[in-house]
Amino acid sequence: MMAEAVARPDAAQSPDARIARAWEVLDGVPDPEVPAVSVCDLGIVRDVRLAGEGLEIVLTPTYSGCPATEAIERDVLAAIEAAGLGPAHATLQRAPAWTTEWITERGRARLLAYGIAPPGPLPPGTEVPLRFMPRATAAPALACPRCGSLQTERLSAFGSTACKALYRCMACREPFEHFKPL
Amino acid sequence: MQAISIHISQDPAVQYLLRIGDTCLILAQRLSEWCGHGPVLEEDIALSNMALDLVGQARAVLTRAGQIEGCGHDEDQLAFLRDERDYVNVTLVELPRGDFAFTVVRNAMVATLLKLLWERLATSSDKELAAIAGKALKEARYHQQHAADWVVRLGDGTAESRRRTEAALKTLWRYTPELFVADAVDEAAHATGLGPRWADLQEAWTGEMAQILAAASLATPNESAFRSTGKQGVHSEHMGYILTEMQYLQRSFPGGVW
Repeated sequence: MMAEAVARPDAAQSPDARIARAWEVLDGVPDPEVPAVSVCDLGIVRDVRLAGEGLEIVLTPTYSGCPATEAIERDVLAAIEAAGLGPAHATLQRAPAWTTEWITERGRARLLAYGIAPPGPLPPGTEVPLRFMPRATAAPALACPRCGSLQTERLSAFGSTACKALYRCMACREPFEHFKPL
Repeated sequence: MQAISIHISQDPAVQYLLRIGDTCLILAQRLSEWCGHGPVLEEDIALSNMALDLVGQARAVLTRAGQIEGCGHDEDQLAFLRDERDYVNVTLVELPRGDFAFTVVRNAMVATLLKLLWERLATSSDKELAAIAGKALKEARYHQQHAADWVVRLGDGTAESRRRTEAALKTLWRYTPELFVADAVDEAAHATGLGPRWADLQEAWTGEMAQILAAASLATPNESAFRSTGKQGVHSEHMGYILTEMQYLQRSFPGGVW
């Protein structure tokens, strides 16, 4: 019999090829709240592995209460199914906790181009018991994503989503959002 | 169809988790009342965002409590089908939201407590709880900074903002002894490595609050003889009203989903 001549579904390709293809597909899934970046750019997809006949997609939520978490899970599984790589299921992995350090270089460039100042290095963690919010004078200057000026100030510790803060540029007078380092 | 109340195990591990989950959930409910009523748009957004973080933390902890109990109760059943006496949040979080000074002073007190708690829970013997805490800790730090910032701004601000902040502090401080009362639930958690005795957090909490109040040029109030008992399920007169509003939909339309 010429079994090997039968057109094989994508799901029957070699496990490595299937996983590599899955990563490509996931890289095209936009974040629901910041569609300029993919879920891979943000570092939300932690692993793709074979689990029995299906794929297991390991996701780490950005914030405990992020309302996009469920939408991301749905979008990710839909994209995998649409690419013929299913069946697949998603696993929520809380530890290690998500950090903005996981946002890729390309993700940072895309945020900047979208008008969101990307996160800088992590703030000092636990060495001081209490840190007050950095003011414009005390905090390292954040560059305006539009004009590049360092004459910027924080307007609000929280922005349109939990992961962002609101700033304004004193040079070009435009407000902008900053992805908070976490 | 009726939405019949569920009763929950008195197992100390379950009760320990419910105290944390309920404290996050009820504060979230109070903070969400500010949505559309914040003194400025930025703080309206900030309070809603913090409420969202707290709901997320509550969901995770209540889910874990249900798993440990092993009776099939999920986060929604625990949130919407328990009666007042089965809620074990600290009384502090159920007090009416008051004015903005009252809200920020309470936020500073609770965020400081939760930050210290999550720090210790990050090494819990329960791996799932440790993972939840690792995430929540980062959020609680930000909440504490934000609230502390406002306590300083209001306490060291105008005569009116100072008057209101002092009044809020005086009222709220009466509810602090409850936070650190030692009991069998805490002893069991300490013995199994599930989490710290809250009494062991008191020194660090008092130290950080003193730092915030000193920066705001406010005096730390004296300890009151009053003892609230929310952690034992015996609440203030305000609790029933919160649950009535929060549980209305699931009680009227059992199992209703979006």
